[in-house]
Amino acid sequence: MVRYLIIGNSVGAVGAVEAIREIDHQGSLAVVSDEPYPVYSRPRISEFLAGKSTMADMLYRPEGFYQTHNVQTYLGRKAVKVELGSKEVRLEDGEALAFEDLLLATGGVPFVPKMDGQGKEGIFTFTTLGDAEGIARRLPQTRRAVVIGGGLIGMSVTDALVKKGVEVTVVELKDWVLNTILDQDAALVTQDALADAGVRVMAGQSVQKILGRAGDETTVGGVVLATGEEISCDIVVVAIGIVPRTELASGTPIQVNRGIVVDRRMATTVPEIYACGDVAEAFDFIYGINRVIPIWPNAYLGGRVAGYNMAGMETEYPGGVAMNSLKYFGLPIVSAGLYDPPDSSYRVMRSLDRKNRLYKKLVLKDGLVVGMVFVGAIDRAGIVLGLMRDKIDVSSFQDTLLAPDFGWASLPAALRREKLTSNGRSPSRGPSVLSGRARV
Amino acid sequence: MVKMIRRREEVCIGCRLCEVHCLVEHSRSKDLVHAYKGENPRALPRVRVEEQGALSFAVQCLHCQEPLCAYACLTGAIRQMEDGTVFLDEGKCIGCWTCVLACPYGAISMDLTRRVALKCDLCPGRETPACVENCPNRALLLVEEEVPVG
Repeated sequence: MVRYLIIGNSVGAVGAVEAIREIDHQGSLAVVSDEPYPVYSRPRISEFLAGKSTMADMLYRPEGFYQTHNVQTYLGRKAVKVELGSKEVRLEDGEALAFEDLLLATGGVPFVPKMDGQGKEGIFTFTTLGDAEGIARRLPQTRRAVVIGGGLIGMSVTDALVKKGVEVTVVELKDWVLNTILDQDAALVTQDALADAGVRVMAGQSVQKILGRAGDETTVGGVVLATGEEISCDIVVVAIGIVPRTELASGTPIQVNRGIVVDRRMATTVPEIYACGDVAEAFDFIYGINRVIPIWPNAYLGGRVAGYNMAGMETEYPGGVAMNSLKYFGLPIVSAGLYDPPDSSYRVMRSLDRKNRLYKKLVLKDGLVVGMVFVGAIDRAGIVLGLMRDKIDVSSFQDTLLAPDFGWASLPAALRREKLTSNGRSPSRGPSVLSGRARV
Repeated sequence: MVKMIRRREEVCIGCRLCEVHCLVEHSRSKDLVHAYKGENPRALPRVRVEEQGALSFAVQCLHCQEPLCAYACLTGAIRQMEDGTVFLDEGKCIGCWTCVLACPYGAISMDLTRRVALKCDLCPGRETPACVENCPNRALLLVEEEVPVG
């Protein structure tokens, strides 16, 4: 019997392990993953493909992490079924692990729509180290690539391929790249940077068919767009999106919408079963509802909260927010929250200097910042996100928010003093991020 | 005991000596003149002086008890150490700037040349951080507090 069983071995699992071991040094703790590696930085597979990171660089935690945290690992072993009655997880090889508390941190899987011409050599997705290794092995025969989908994953594989001298065409269905994290102005600035890097972006287009090579139908030779245009290429990377990997919960009473539904304790609708990360539908503090937000920082925080609760310390998830930072093609970009307001009840403040690739946009509602996009100069963006997180009324100083010299000195003295002296270090001072939690 | 730097904006005159000495401490030579004139790329300070009229103060990492930067770090480069210090391993940093966005204090800066994030490390190897030691007005103070870590 395992006291704490975690399915998945990425950042959410690490958050949980670290929290559990702050509280309980003894209780048995096991991690199961179908991937064979120790926990690695998934976002870093782009660097790996570009040849700039070794496996050692990729490690998210130092070697010995599992030993020092007293974790039993089942790596390269796939969990196939959760038996709620007997409280067991069945592995593909037949072994069953009984648990007391279970955390589903299974992440997401790439969404690959049905397309004509699938199943050929040279079609990849790009979310795991295994994917990066597969593409890397094929690089010697790769001169041209088509990336389907201009989102974060599409950009990260494009950046790596460009660094390896591959000519890349990005085919994006919507009108601009990165449309799930950027508004049109920020995306256009990004597309300028992409064009400088030699990347061809075909927005508002879709791939209808993947073609074979002349004389070799089993290997990728090109794609046909819905317009009929043909683009030749040696590999195709499908980067359309990620869907929560919920299969372990399906057919059980665990409630699944788009992701596994969790409350503010990261608990599912079934007692002693928790979920976090890309598989979970957890609270979003800007939308005020549960949403799947598949980003690394939320996964860590959610995992941490789940871990505290599993170990018996009541802790409330403060809520996540869609927040992204990009560095591709040398252009720093950050966005968070509602960067594109849905209606006119929001106030939008913006400044754009497309030539110098500088852009700032803030979205306000009832005096609160609810969304932001910064391109170029991003170094004080964290202060603005902090104001969002803390739901600070910015009405009295909102005009300073777009100023190039915006900083703590722009804020009212009382707010500045309160924030800058509180780092949660001392129980008597300042808000704690995991605000529900009693300090040990 | 956890080390912390406390700022006193009422006596900060905005001389930026904290920035100067932070830069020197994080230079290769640790020599004032050489750090500025001989090193390329020049080291960068991890403390920032903000100024508006008569108001001025220095801001550096607060080494949070619950460090959002470390929680957000994509590579594991930022870790909270046993002594409560929040440490950034530049060798593991890929300059993704996620920590820059996550830090509510705006206390992480960007080295765009080396493409790594920079933050206060409380000057390991020194009893008193360089910014505190070289502040002519005691506008920066080192305090130690007995508080829980983690």
